[in-house]
Amino acid sequence: MPLFIWWLFWSICQTIIIHRLGFTWQVSLIDAAVSNLIFALAGFVTQSTYKFYSPGNENRLFRLIYGIALSVICIWLIEFSLSYIFSENLSYLSFLESSSLIRALFALLMITFVTIISWLFYYIEEKQKSNQRKSEAEILLRAAELASLRQQLQPHFLFNSLNSISSLAGSKPEEARKMIQLLSDFLRGTLKKEDEQMLKLQDEITHLKLYLEIEKVRFGYRLNTNIQVDENCLELKLPGLLLQPVIENAIKFGLYNTLEAIEITVKAQLKNNLLVIEICNPFDEINHSEKKGEGFGLGSLQRRLELLYNRKDLLEINKENQLFLTRIKIPQTK
Amino acid sequence: MINIVIIDDEPLARQIIIEYLSYRNDICILQECNNGFEGIKAIMQFKPDLIFLDIQMPKINGFEMLELCEEKPGVIFTTAFDEYALKAFELNAVDYLLKPFNKERFDNALNKWIEFSEKKHPQLEVQNLLNHINSNNDTHRIVVKNGTQIRIIPIHEIIFLEAYDDYVKINVNDGTFIKKQTMSYYENQLNSNQFLRVHRSFLVQLNQITKVEPFEKNGHIAILKNGARIPLSRSGYAKLKDVLGL
Repeated sequence: MPLFIWWLFWSICQTIIIHRLGFTWQVSLIDAAVSNLIFALAGFVTQSTYKFYSPGNENRLFRLIYGIALSVICIWLIEFSLSYIFSENLSYLSFLESSSLIRALFALLMITFVTIISWLFYYIEEKQKSNQRKSEAEILLRAAELASLRQQLQPHFLFNSLNSISSLAGSKPEEARKMIQLLSDFLRGTLKKEDEQMLKLQDEITHLKLYLEIEKVRFGYRLNTNIQVDENCLELKLPGLLLQPVIENAIKFGLYNTLEAIEITVKAQLKNNLLVIEICNPFDEINHSEKKGEGFGLGSLQRRLELLYNRKDLLEINKENQLFLTRIKIPQTK
Repeated sequence: MINIVIIDDEPLARQIIIEYLSYRNDICILQECNNGFEGIKAIMQFKPDLIFLDIQMPKINGFEMLELCEEKPGVIFTTAFDEYALKAFELNAVDYLLKPFNKERFDNALNKWIEFSEKKHPQLEVQNLLNHINSNNDTHRIVVKNGTQIRIIPIHEIIFLEAYDDYVKINVNDGTFIKKQTMSYYENQLNSNQFLRVHRSFLVQLNQITKVEPFEKNGHIAILKNGARIPLSRSGYAKLKDVLGL
């Protein structure tokens, strides 16, 4: 809209200027209309270009060349169409020839102006979007933290663990002590890392192992774990509190949907500059009844990854042969 | 002697109960069970006086297991946390223990149960508790037993329910199961947008109906996807027309 007013304003100005140089209103109007129509077309092309391709700051040269090229095309189009329309009007043709330099400079000015405006416009829009993404990611991280804290304070987990300790205290005091240590280390771990957003895989795995050890004491032979982390992945970073909810789900569905002993597998590999983490648990498709509103589900995990990396393909879920596989990919920057 | 079965999916949780019981000489522990399936088998086989029962267990929870017992034993529930169940326990005077519990509390609960069971029928309280739990919960599955086999039926798999003396016959694609319940119980329990009582003896899942046809004089029947023909009572037909917007 502001661009349209701008365009109308210049069309009127140009009409008046040409009229004052001694041409009829009709000639001046056509001249102004044709030139400005072509400018408008150029402006539209520029805007569309920036919609799909937004050159960064480092690409000033591109913008300059783009502007000049577009101006040359505009001038050529204007002169061609005007001389075609007024091929009979000799005095106008000589005016057209003498004014071509001014026209060219003017075209350059206009197109540079439109280029800058549209670049600025899309730049601001892009910036706003990325800010929005960032703040939404932040909110989701807080939600994940809250869910995880709630999980630690989750009465079932905590009180059942304490009950196991109470039981061990009678029969195997040494084991009870070990369990108290595990539980303390686990709880301390979650309190400590609250503020760090990116964590080393090694630390996350250590934390997960604590959790799994506690659950193993509780469930005895029914819970088995298999953790395979490639050497070259240990130092890689991933967002905090990403794996914990997945492991909790794996335990919940693995242990509460089957009667047999189960194995939960965790694998981490580096593939094509992506840290790929796979978590696999058995589950019973037939009796799988989804309970809503419990914990921090896979949906919010997907959303968190999307917001952090602006990609939709980072979480994969696969249900096959009574196995539930969750695959998370974390892009690594070099 | 009090005959006892312990049902809990965590071995250490069973162990502490055994330990606390070992101090007494009026107790006989018949069996430890890992889950509700083993639990129901043991209850049918040994007919214990009392069971210690965890609520959150694999596949079927403690309440669902109890519901499958025709003769309900005395129960002391053991649970880590279940706000909702606790309220129900209080209201129905059923004994429970909150994990972790010490020996004193354990003995208290047990003595209370012994005292109570000499005077009254604890089974009645247990049945009341189950009714209370069910009537306040959304049903999303029904657990049934066929001989020794236990089957969990998700609600959407039910085609129709049919009254059958003191029982309700549950029809699913691959067979029928009976459960001791009343029709009006299920009518209340199941979502009325999904199930409609089209007849005193029939409760039908609406999306199973393919056709409604006149039958004899003034009567109507509904024909279901699996070919079953369900009689419609006069009021049932009116309700059905209403729901289907005819």
